[in-house]
Amino acid sequence: MNDQNHHLDTLQDIKQMMERSSRFISLSGLSGIAAGSCALVGAWFAYGVIEPNRGAANNLRYITAPGSPDISIGDWMGNQLVQIAAITFVAAFILSFIFTYLRSKKTNTPIWGTTAKRLMINVMIPMVAGGIYLLKLMENQAYGLIAPGSLIFYGLAVLNASKYTLHETKYLGYSEILLGIISLWFIGYGIYFWAIGFGVFHIVYGTIMWWRYERNPSHEGE
Amino acid sequence: MKNPIENLNKYFDSRVRLGIMSALMVNAEVNFNDLKELIQVTDGNLASHIKALEENGYIKVHKGFIGRKTNTTYSATKAGEKAFKAHLEALEAMIKSSR
Repeated sequence: MNDQNHHLDTLQDIKQMMERSSRFISLSGLSGIAAGSCALVGAWFAYGVIEPNRGAANNLRYITAPGSPDISIGDWMGNQLVQIAAITFVAAFILSFIFTYLRSKKTNTPIWGTTAKRLMINVMIPMVAGGIYLLKLMENQAYGLIAPGSLIFYGLAVLNASKYTLHETKYLGYSEILLGIISLWFIGYGIYFWAIGFGVFHIVYGTIMWWRYERNPSHEGE
Repeated sequence: MKNPIENLNKYFDSRVRLGIMSALMVNAEVNFNDLKELIQVTDGNLASHIKALEENGYIKVHKGFIGRKTNTTYSATKAGEKAFKAHLEALEAMIKSSR
């Protein structure tokens, strides 16, 4: 009977070591919750910039000359929105890093080891491609496509990364891609989809991961 | 009845060796420091287990450089992969049979 337990433990050990050597397991659920919260705060500020100006841009067009081409909302507020997005992104990244760093201490993994590097590279490739694509979209004033595009590219980046970190991440990837595709039918409402995709989804996903892995440290890897 | 223990490979009868083989099964190559961090064992202890596995033809050593710094990586040989898989199967069989 004891022998059986010993073998079970051995197999469990082996499985754990395989995971630890090939995946970055220190990713913290709290990082997700923090990032999601930053996104919601950012969306709140962005909403504050967009909504009053939606009316103002329309009014301005009416005043200058009825029938003249729409002043794109993007032209009107582009700069402010980009600033809000950038600050949100940086804040989310820093907070996520802090929580994951703290967790890496507990899992006894170096924060910048082979697995972390591999994860970073595989996240960055789709993100950089997406980033360049989105910048060009902005230049071409296709502002309505930015929200769907960012969600889809982000989802693909997360899906790719899921092979190199906790496997549950792939569900986040699927959700973002799906949300991005759905949002293509609702051009103009990007801010809401952003709030859902980058805000709500991250908080939900982060909570699930925290619940599964970090709530009770003795059940690591269950 | 077949002796259930006979398929267990005594070369893998150590937590350190299990760790080494496990890591090499899922990564094409792993370097010395990564193995050390993974298994949490001293340099000497790790080196001696590596030597034993290498002498038995289960792992291959690649000594190289990153710039001027030495970098030694290890990979599993075909024989090593086969032997470890057999060992895992034997473990599973043992668990199932004594249920």
